[in-house]
Amino acid sequence: MTTTLPTDTPATAAGPARLTQLDALESEGIHVMREVAGEFERPVLLFSGGKDSIVMLHLARKAFWPAPVPFPVMHVDTGHNFPEVIEYRDRVVADLGLRLVVASVQEAIDDGRVVELPGGSRNPLQTVPLLDAITAHRFDAVFGGGRRDEEKARAKERMFSLRDEFGQWDPRRQRPELWDLYNGRHRPGEHVRVFPLSNWTELDVWRYIERERIELPAIYFTHERDVFARDGMWLTAGSWGGPRPDEQVRRRRVRYRTVGDMSCTGAVDSTAGDVADVIAEVAASRLTERGATRADDRASEAAMEDRKREGYF
Amino acid sequence: MGTHTPAGLTRQAPAAPAGTPGDHTRRDLLRLATAGSVDDGKSTLIGRLLYDTKSVLADQLSAVERATAARGGEGSGVDLALLTDGLRAEREQGITIDVAYRYFSTARRAFVLADTPGHVQYTRNMVTGASTAELAIVLVDARKGVLEQTRRHAALTALLRVPHVVLAVNKMDLVDFDESTFRSIATQFADYARVLGLPTVHAVPLSALDGDNVVERSGRTPWYDGPTLLELLESVPVARDAAVEPLRLPVQYVIRPRTPEHPDYRGYAGKVASGVVRVGDDVRVLPSGRTSRVVGLDTFDGPLAAADAPRSVTVRLADDLDVARGDVLVPADEQVATGQDLVGTVCWLTERRSVPGARVLVRVGTRTVRGLLREVDARLDVDTLTVEQWDAVDTRHTIDATDTSAEAAPRSLGLNAIGRVRLRLAEPVVLDDYATHRRTGGFLVVDPADGSTLAAGLIGPTLLDRLAPVRADDDWLAGAGI
Repeated sequence: MTTTLPTDTPATAAGPARLTQLDALESEGIHVMREVAGEFERPVLLFSGGKDSIVMLHLARKAFWPAPVPFPVMHVDTGHNFPEVIEYRDRVVADLGLRLVVASVQEAIDDGRVVELPGGSRNPLQTVPLLDAITAHRFDAVFGGGRRDEEKARAKERMFSLRDEFGQWDPRRQRPELWDLYNGRHRPGEHVRVFPLSNWTELDVWRYIERERIELPAIYFTHERDVFARDGMWLTAGSWGGPRPDEQVRRRRVRYRTVGDMSCTGAVDSTAGDVADVIAEVAASRLTERGATRADDRASEAAMEDRKREGYF
Repeated sequence: MGTHTPAGLTRQAPAAPAGTPGDHTRRDLLRLATAGSVDDGKSTLIGRLLYDTKSVLADQLSAVERATAARGGEGSGVDLALLTDGLRAEREQGITIDVAYRYFSTARRAFVLADTPGHVQYTRNMVTGASTAELAIVLVDARKGVLEQTRRHAALTALLRVPHVVLAVNKMDLVDFDESTFRSIATQFADYARVLGLPTVHAVPLSALDGDNVVERSGRTPWYDGPTLLELLESVPVARDAAVEPLRLPVQYVIRPRTPEHPDYRGYAGKVASGVVRVGDDVRVLPSGRTSRVVGLDTFDGPLAAADAPRSVTVRLADDLDVARGDVLVPADEQVATGQDLVGTVCWLTERRSVPGARVLVRVGTRTVRGLLREVDARLDVDTLTVEQWDAVDTRHTIDATDTSAEAAPRSLGLNAIGRVRLRLAEPVVLDDYATHRRTGGFLVVDPADGSTLAAGLIGPTLLDRLAPVRADDDWLAGAGI
């Protein structure tokens, strides 16, 4: 019952180096992206300007280099986005020569396809414009930055997640995934959500951003901002509808752990000014990122699962 | 539910931070799977691993506490099963749907744990979890010893050729940490493992409930001088088997930028499934059989001299060959089997029964070809490890594919069944034996109508053939009319 320790093969000029955890995750992500490009007619990559989708785009550049990324990116614009994020999005799209598809929640409200919610959160309203855009552009594979460590319903999701013509996720209909043989077959009208970052954790994403020196929108780092407290989070005051008369605006040093709709994405008190600071902060945090900063996941024990069933990604 | 309330799991958050600091830049990744029924304490063990490696955060813990209380849970403790059963239907109906993946890490290594439920659908779930696992933890209740369930888990682990197996003899606290109890279970399992051809098995006496020998070494097993469970998980070699196997590089995608900077670039993108590819290597492209030399290994971050499994690279060849998605690069001097007749062992994954003559799609590596399910000629009983074997093509029985009953239908496979199949393929594929090529010897059987995955298969002789050899007469193709 003794254990032998691995004896590493030394990396020489001709010999390969052992893959680290981040290498292995990167290689897996690239593999998944190439599978999609090889198997599907019309893939699209969901790009919110958040760190996970930024990492996905980085993997896509690596997967197809020296060719350009062979699919467009899509942003589901809630109309309540942080200006810094929109600026980042447009700059990246221009720099990389990507095609950007915008699915607009505001347009869907104006058309009467969705109705504004009383609480003001537009996060749940993203589903309809997302599905409408998938149908209109006949996208058959949709890359999402979801990670299984984010949420317990996501822990059950496959790398390739089949959605029916209504975009619904049925946990009972999931295909078992064996080895790295991903089955992307689908019928007309159905599409597949693909999660190349499934096996990454929040810390992996940050360490990868550090290693690869990937630029992020400024709101991920500490800055002064006018915020007010609601449901135990700091929300940004703005034209989206906050604060209410009884909520007091204060100026604080904050940063964001996730990027989403202003109406439901909270900031955290932070002095982290660069990626290394953020990593130290995340490593020491006793809260998951969604637990800390996402109001809509607190609605019920199965809030995420319920939204996913409806077609949310 | 009889769920334990772990004494060590109190309300306060653990002292040390999550994501243990350490030199993560050198940390590698181990994929593992668990096998064990609920009563063996599998959920508690996973909860213990997550908790003691500081992988459960405060809001997750408080959510589980709230859920425990809502279900009338015991006192101030936490029902650890709720850390691992995430879906509404699972909590409400007490069922478990397929495999979930959990993540934890230490300073030395990061882990992806395939949490395979020990419920009715054990076979399909275990096969799924074990397919990517480099290590399997087989859990045994120290009071019960090696049971039929244990043997089943061991058999599936052997069938899928998981390289490392750990026998976790749990609930040692309930047998007063008795050494002879542990030794007898370990010996019994080792004997059985030898029959199955399993690799060396490490046995650990532990209590998931109290944390003995899981992460922390126990003072209650002075007679045990081996590693804790976590020390084992941290020290088994990763991806070593893939590195010593010969090169296989299934081509995923042909990169042709046709940009002003790269007008004539043509690269073959793929992940090294096994072995090493080096610049200067002579390679053969299968199934066409043409040979060429590797002149470049390109990545976004610059050229490589060599790349080993499982790295994703782009290969440039000296000659302008017609290479496409689905082809496989192998060493030029190696004889590699290719063909259109595939004999293998499958685990049937859907409720629709296998029907002889069914037209299917077969996925091997990055290649998908049309196929005909000629016949099922043997079926494994995973409980008794006996094989039911049939001699000739069955013309007497008709099989109702929609019959989802558990009873054994004649010469067909239903959900969770394991059997040997013969497939005729429309085009040749690389036929690597799973017994020697764990990363390229697997295949999927897919329904062309709705795309669902019907079965997962292992090419060539497997554990099933050791138990029941393939019949000698091989004229089953005669007159097949394909």
